[in-house]
Amino acid sequence: MEAWLDPALRLGAPLAFLLVTYAIGSAIERRHFRLLRVREVRSRHMPVATILEPPADWEVTGSALVTGSVVVSLDYWKRFLAGLRLLFGGRVSAYETLLERARREALLRMKERAHEAGYRAVIGVRLETSQIAPNGRQGKGTAGVEVLASGTALKLAR
Amino acid sequence: MILSTTETVPGKTIRDFYGVVSGSTVRAKHIGKDIMAGLKNIVGGELKGYTELLQEARQEALERMIRQAQSVGANAVVNVRFSTSNITQGAAELFAYGTAVRVE
Repeated sequence: MEAWLDPALRLGAPLAFLLVTYAIGSAIERRHFRLLRVREVRSRHMPVATILEPPADWEVTGSALVTGSVVVSLDYWKRFLAGLRLLFGGRVSAYETLLERARREALLRMKERAHEAGYRAVIGVRLETSQIAPNGRQGKGTAGVEVLASGTALKLAR
Repeated sequence: MILSTTETVPGKTIRDFYGVVSGSTVRAKHIGKDIMAGLKNIVGGELKGYTELLQEARQEALERMIRQAQSVGANAVVNVRFSTSNITQGAAELFAYGTAVRVE
């Protein structure tokens, strides 16, 4: 056995693992962004707002609480990138895209649920982000972030 | 029971206030779901098992809040807020609270 093979394997295996997770992870991410755009266009007819009072000319005939939530995971590649970022500081774009995906997904789920139940608009929208603690010690094990969107869905006359 | 995240129930008038009502539940992660989540953690994306778990738990917190509101004679809860806190590794508290009111 050649002497260079062992260190090469030792370094190469985690590196190959990282590259594979990167490839799969970014493919999933691209697909998700594509789907988000499609669904956002489809639900564009439904106004969603953080205002607490419906506009004066709306004739509200009913209302209900609606929520939408999603838990996304921090995968190994993103954690690796973020780990590098910790050395130099600056924007952690790997996590930015993750949270953007989660927020848009949560909002869409809320809108879609409101739409299915026959509501026409959502006001008083709030977004909450919370970290799901990993099971193991020191950040080992599964970690995730939950985004919850909640709001008041309105039925409108007309 | 009408729930609302806004300060009033749109289209109705508040007649009576009954104060703050709340409901909470503490949930631990399911080991089977955790193994699936561990696999999903490798490539990233949604952890569906957790999404459902938290949704279920939040629904229960809401139902407890509603029961409390009913017991004081309210017919609506306004300004509903949710809060999630990690108590310990693997367990989280889901909390819902709001102001119980009577609307017409």
